[in-house]
Formats: sequence, C-alpha cells, structure tokens
Amino acid sequence: MVLSHAASDSDVSVHSTFASRYVRTSLPRFRMPENSIPKEAAYQIINDELMLDGNPRLNLASFVTTWMEPECDKLIMASINKNYVDMDEYPVTTELQNRCVNMIAHLFNAPLGETETAVGVGTVGSSEAIMLAGLAFKRKWQNKRKAEGKPFDKPNIVTGANVQVCWEKFARYFEVELKEVKLREGYYVMDPEQAVEMVDENTICVAAILGSTLNGEFEDVKLLNDLLVLKNKETGLDIPIHVDAASGGFIAPFLYPELEWDFRLPQVKSINVSGHKYGLVYAGIGWVVWRNKEDLPDELIFHINYLGADQPTFTLNFSKGSSQVIAQYYQLIRLGHEGYRNVMENCRENMIVLREGLEKTGRFSIVSKDEGIPLVAFSLKDNSSHTEFEISEMLRRYGWIVPAYTMPANAEHITVLRVVIREDFSRTLAERLVMDIEKVMHELDELPSRVINKISLGEVKSEDNGDNMVVTVKKSDIEKPIEINVKKSDKPIFC
Amino acid sequence: MVLSKTASETDASIHSTFASRYVRTSLPRFEMPENSIPKEAAYQIINDELMLDGNPRLNLASFVTTWMEPECDKLMMESINKNYVDMDEYPVTTELQNRCVNMIARLFNAPLGDGEAAVGVGTVGSSEAIMLAGLAFKRQWQNKRKAQGLPYDKPNIVTGANVQVCWEKFARYFEVELKEVKLREGYYVMDPEKAVELVDENTICVAAILGSTLTGEFEDVKLLNDLLVEKNKQTGWDTGIHVDAASGGFIAPFLYPELEWDFRLPLVKSINVSGHKYGLVYAGIGWVVWRTKSDLPDELIFHINYLGADQPTFTLNFSKGSSQVIAQYYQLIRLGFEGYRNVMENCRENMMVLRQGLEKTGRFNIVSKENGVPLVAFSLKDSSRHDEFEVAETLRRFGWIVPAYTMPADAQHVTVLRVVIREDFSRTLAERLVADFEKVLHELDTLPARVHAKMANGKANGVKKTEEETTREVTAYWKKFVETKKSNKNRIC
Repeated sequence: MVLSHAASDSDVSVHSTFASRYVRTSLPRFRMPENSIPKEAAYQIINDELMLDGNPRLNLASFVTTWMEPECDKLIMASINKNYVDMDEYPVTTELQNRCVNMIAHLFNAPLGETETAVGVGTVGSSEAIMLAGLAFKRKWQNKRKAEGKPFDKPNIVTGANVQVCWEKFARYFEVELKEVKLREGYYVMDPEQAVEMVDENTICVAAILGSTLNGEFEDVKLLNDLLVLKNKETGLDIPIHVDAASGGFIAPFLYPELEWDFRLPQVKSINVSGHKYGLVYAGIGWVVWRNKEDLPDELIFHINYLGADQPTFTLNFSKGSSQVIAQYYQLIRLGHEGYRNVMENCRENMIVLREGLEKTGRFSIVSKDEGIPLVAFSLKDNSSHTEFEISEMLRRYGWIVPAYTMPANAEHITVLRVVIREDFSRTLAERLVMDIEKVMHELDELPSRVINKISLGEVKSEDNGDNMVVTVKKSDIEKPIEINVKKSDKPIFC
Repeated sequence: MVLSKTASETDASIHSTFASRYVRTSLPRFEMPENSIPKEAAYQIINDELMLDGNPRLNLASFVTTWMEPECDKLMMESINKNYVDMDEYPVTTELQNRCVNMIARLFNAPLGDGEAAVGVGTVGSSEAIMLAGLAFKRQWQNKRKAQGLPYDKPNIVTGANVQVCWEKFARYFEVELKEVKLREGYYVMDPEKAVELVDENTICVAAILGSTLTGEFEDVKLLNDLLVEKNKQTGWDTGIHVDAASGGFIAPFLYPELEWDFRLPLVKSINVSGHKYGLVYAGIGWVVWRTKSDLPDELIFHINYLGADQPTFTLNFSKGSSQVIAQYYQLIRLGFEGYRNVMENCRENMMVLRQGLEKTGRFNIVSKENGVPLVAFSLKDSSRHDEFEVAETLRRFGWIVPAYTMPADAQHVTVLRVVIREDFSRTLAERLVADFEKVLHELDTLPARVHAKMANGKANGVKKTEEETTREVTAYWKKFVETKKSNKNRIC
C-alpha cells in the first residue's frame, strides 16, 4: 500500500499537471512565492490565464503586425538570446540593422550617394524614434539660438490635435511646448495653413503625420513644405519638418509612389516609421532616418568604436532583443518592392470590400477616405438611441475587437468606430465582419436606448422634439456605472 | 528536352535552396530588392550569415540572460504577436505586469500595506528605467524650487565615475549636469563621503550602484544614506537616493538578505533592476519601482482608462512585445525565492571556482571582490610584454568572448579582463575556461612583445628603427589607441 502523501512528495514527476497539487493552490499576486514549482505547472498556469486575453489577430484596433511566416518565427526564436547592443559580439546582427537603415532611407528618397551610408537607427518603436528626432531638432535649435545670443528656454513644436500620444509624451518629458492645430468637423488632420501661422521663432519643427491614427488620412506634406518655405523666406527663420510616417511610411512608397511627402521635399529633415506596423514585423521595432549628417547634432551621438570602424549610436534604450531587427531584414529581402506592393494592394482591396459592405447596410457614414492607411472609420447615421460604444461592446461577443472613440478638439461630438486592415485580414474575414455588424445592429434595434450623457445624472426629463420624441427614464444605480464605462475611450491611445 | 532556363523560372519550388539561383545572387545592401524571393531562401540566407555572429552563451562579457527553459520559450513564442500596450485587448498580460511590479517592490521592501498596489512599471531595460526615475527626480526638484521661488535651470546629479553609460545619456538628453565622483586605484566604486560633499542645492538625487559593471562590487548604500540624512539636516535640503540595482537587485535579496540597500533606507526613493540580467529573462525587460505615490509626480503620468479602472502609464516606449513580461512572471512563480536563491548560490560557487583557478596560475591579480555580482575581474601581474587586450584577442580563437577594458578616471592605467558568471555557466565551463587561459598565456609567452605606446616615436633604446618597425609601431600605437577608446566608455551592460 502506497501512502498517497509520500507519493506526491517524492515522485512529483508522475503526476500530470492537472492531477498535481499545483493547480489547487492560488498563486500569490503581490509576493514572490517561497518555493519553486515544476516548469510544466508554471507553463500551464500562465498559458491558461492568458487564454482570457483577446485574440491578437481579431484585434482590429491595432495597426501592429500580428502574423509572420513560420520561417521568420524560426529566425526570431533562434536570435532571442542575442542582446542587440553587443555590437562587438554580434557584428552580423549590427550590420543587418545598418542595411535596414540604408534600405529604408533609400525608400524615402534620402539624398545619398551610391555607397554613402544613411544616417538613422533602429528603435523599439515610433515613440522612441520620435523622441530621438525631437531631441535632435531641439538641440539644433538651441545651438542656433545660443549662437545668435537669443533666449533658448521656450522651445515649441507645432502639430495637429490628431497626433498620437507619444508627441504629448515628448513634449512633457523633454520640456517642449506643444502647439496644436485644432481640428474641425469634416477636417480631421492638421491644416497646413493654420500650422504655418502658428510657427514662431521658438518653433523647433513642424510635425506632419502620414497616416493619422484617427482616420488613416495622409496630411498634405507638400503643401506644408511649400508654405513653410515661403514663411522661412519672409521671416529669415529655418523651420524644418518632421514627418511621422509611423503607419504611412511603408504604404505610400508602394501604393502612392508619386505622392511627394518624404525627403524629396527640402524642408523634411527626419522621418520615423514603425517597422511593426506596415513594415510587417511583430511589435518592438521602429526606424528613424535623418536627411543627412548635419541634421543630427554630433553631441547627442555616443561614438562606439567597433571592428576598428566608428559606430555612432543614438538611442534611448540600450539592451534589447535582436529578433525584430532580424525579422525586419527578413521581410525587406523576402518581399522586396514587389512583395510589399502586393500586400498593400491586397489590404486596400479588402478595405474597399469592408467599406462597401458597411455602406450597403445604410446605417453608417464613412469618415475615412479611400486614400491613406487601409482602414475604415465609420459612425452611425443615427446615434440617438444607441451609440458606437455599444456596437463596439456587442461585437466583442462575436470575438471581434473594434474600438470606438471620440475625435479630439474641436470635433469631440463625433464618435467613430475604426477597423484597421492588416496583412492577415482576408476578404473572408471582411465579409464575416460585415455580417456580424449587421447582426449587432439588429440586436440593438430591439433594445431600449440607454440614457446618454445629454441628460444630467439622476434627473427625470422628457423632451418633445417634434417628430423625434425622446423619452428619458430616471437612472437606476446600475445604469450609472455602465455609462461611465461607455465614455472610457476619451483619449485615443491607439498606435 | 527541358530547357533549363524555363524550368528554373516556372518551377522554382522544386529546387532545394542551395540548388536555386538565390544563393548565386548578391543581395543588395543599400536598397530593397525589386522582387520577392521564396521564404526558404530568405530564411537560409539570413541564418547562414548569422552563423558568423558570436555564440551568445560564450559571450562572457554580458550580464544579460542567454538561456531559458523550453517551456518559457514556448510561452514567449505564443505571445510574440501581442502588442503589450493594448491594455484593453490583453487585460491578462497587463495584470501579469502589475503582479511583477508588486512582487519586485515587495522584494525590495517597499513600505506597502497588504493589498496596496505598488508604484512601478515594466520597461525595455534599465536605460529606460533610469531615465524615468531621473525624470521623476528632476520634476520633483523643479516643482520644489519653483514653489520656493528659487532658480531651477541647472539641475545636477551626483554619481560615481563607474556609472554605466545610460546615466551619461540621461544627463545629456534631459539636460542635467553629471557630477562624477572620481575613482582611484584600489577603490573602484563611488566613495559615499565624497559623493555627499558634491551634493548642492541643485542636486536632484544621488545615484548609487548595486553591482558596479566594472568589478561587480556593491556600493555602500547604507553609509551613503546615513551621511546624506545628516547633510539634509544641516542644509534643509531633501536630496534623495536612487539605487541603480540593474545587476544587484536580483542577487542581494537572495545571497545577502541582511544587507540594507533598498527601501529599508529612508532616503531611497526609487530603484531600477534589469529583468534581463539576474532576473533571468532574455534581453528586453527592466523594472523601476518608486517608494510611494508621492515620489512620482502625477504630471508625468498619462492616465488611461481601461476596463473602467484607471491604469496610469509612465514609459518612454509605447508599442513593444509582451513576451518578456510574461517570461519574467514565469520565472518569478516558477522559481520563487527558493529557486532564485539556488541559482545565485550556484553562480557564486562557480565564480569561486574560476577565481581560484585563475589565482592558482600565479599570473593574475584579482580585482573583483567575493561579495557582489558573481563575476571575476582580474589583471595581469606583469603586463610589460603582453597586455590584457592581447589575452582577450587570443582567447577569441578558442570561442570565448572575454572583454578587456581600462578603468575610468582616475584609474585609467589599470586594465582588467572580466568574466561574468551567468546562470548557464556551469562548473565544467569554468574549469575549461581556466585551462584555455593557461594555453593562451603559454602562447603569448613564446611571442615577442608588441611595441607599446610607452616608447617615444621612432626611438627605442637608441637603436635606429627600420621602416618596417616604425610602421608596425605606429600601427600598434593606433590600434591600442583605438582599443582604449573603444573600451573607455564601459558600455557593457
């Protein structure tokens, strides 16, 4: 007779994970546990909890790549233990980064000679890239003002109110004032004329977005450039442009090669792009390139001498994995111009399928344009009884994650739903999504409307609006918290 | 009869990669190629070029983890397509990060109540962590000075000259002056008394290192705290301490639990640690924790509302992978206190084996101490004919990567070799390394000495040099110059 107590202590490996005691204990959440547990148990417990995360491929909120070929996964796993910053030890990985920088700089028409090296760097994402670019502009501007004997303590940057949150971070952390060009209904990007009006002697640069996160639109960088050239002539200033091409940088060269937005415009001094968006790599890689050496003040660069040659580095992060850099290089040589073009064309096709499907329901106005990032931003034609937030919630039951958010100032009354078309969003999925949205609309039509913010909390009002009789009901305690949740997506924090 | 040209165009898939035309073409290095190539070819080409990188596990220069259990590799691969910042979409991943922060804060004895949430965040590495901590100190100090009506345009930070390069980055990018306490021969960490002397009204904080990258030594944070408390009493300032525990944070609690270096000391306001060093996770994860909410100015935090609850975020990076956060949580629950203690004790044992092996050769002075980060830093007793750089170079032939570097000011004449003992450096490898060191020394003994920069150009003991000797001398001089510059920055993480 075997004592079961003794067995479980001495022969732990005999028990299958779900038979063992490890799934009976509650893991501490605030403190490290005292004892070790077997690796199979650790794996199973974490894996199981993670089942309750959303499915990344059904996350239609994100621009960030969620699928790569198995060959690339293999390369990623093989290099996961390489610390990218050890240039001495991993010279090939370092060179792959340099090749990517060169390829991307050429893609953006940087004015480089045949074998001239581009000035740029790989980053963890566009946030780091933008901070580096902003830092370069700030330092250049400070040096110029110091040389002129003028005050240099109040730098500012001009952007549209549609900028992604990382510009606000840059402004707050690096002590630069953010001068935002407000939007208006029907015009959801930065107006170049208003932008140029806001420029003054303390402006370090004007930041234009190629691919606004809100509706995918490309800002008119050429117009901005031309107006800025004129203003510079008048004022004697030399205000440059930074193009935040986080999403658009890997789309425009393939779908819209005639569109002039990059280094072909003389005032554009630096560009950032996210490798992990339409660069088709998993999260964790961005790129920033400068026009030429003069646009990157040398004092910001740390010079490391490796293999006898000078390797300048300018990053905020130091140690990080090498996998994404290698994956980016894989994509660039695996796909080439031809492959990227095919992928982007497919995305655009599927975007139009979705767009037409939504239009056919007759319930939505399409806010996004056909040109730009392949995404569909749409709002309800009639949101008096149900809002876009409710649609978004109900779609979750079907597995889809579709975000709803309000526009920034001055168009806060507009709410949109947004679906991003990524490489792995096929036509089949697009058609299925349209069907599921139709199901959701039918369900909502049957439900009474929730009380919306128009009415002050707790009061009973009834309005007679002529043909639209709106009857409002006093809120119960349960309804109030639901309303607060519905307003949650105030700040569009999408990347 | 099949025309071979047609066959290779129409039926590319039948060719094995090495039979295909793809290995005959040179890939462009400056521009994207026009056409696509098959995925097998792309994989093979890149994989083959990467064979020429060093072997990460033989890279004894780095503190960063180079091996994890296969179960953890599996978890990482499964979450590689999760963008960590999408808190709405991946609430479990976000909660795992919060749990890690809480566990690490309590590991550092943060003064927290039982269910109280710790203040901290996961970062890409200690560089980002340090920048965030420094930013918090800078903003706190600025707010205080503004409130007092005093100038706030010249912040400075006091550190030792042994700091890792990311402090210099922080200083340069965030416009804070770096006041460094110089080292001296035999004392390679920041002297607390000198540090406290350098503190003035513009000092935003004093940064102490738990586990100097140069010698692995722990700085005496307790002494620094006590001296700073006194100075604060005298001056009325409230200068705080930040502990850069990038390496030491996951060692001290397990090997030296009695050592007081963390939040047990009242002036310590924030601590950073690298998850990817002795946190035993692959490169790409760091942690920073603050003592309490009041040590992190609210204006720096971006509040994102998710799942109806407030999720404050304070990071420089936005989108990034989730794999390393999940891997860190795996390690914390898989190993627990017991497991981490065992790993650190093994590292220390193997460090002693290596240290004793090197001492027994009789050719080296050991510069590192036995307590601290498990590494061995050592220099040649006699470097007149061959120096540590040559030893490092010759060792590469055997496959080992062991760095050599000179100390920073004011001990630049001292050169050391440094071997870091990581989790996956077994005793067998330690013994093999000693054997290979002995082989290298024997080889070098048989070679003539290289000409050193000590001699003035062109003259050597009055004997006229041939042109070849002069050329060799000049080359050697510049090579040494370049190597010295290369390792001067001590940018090994």
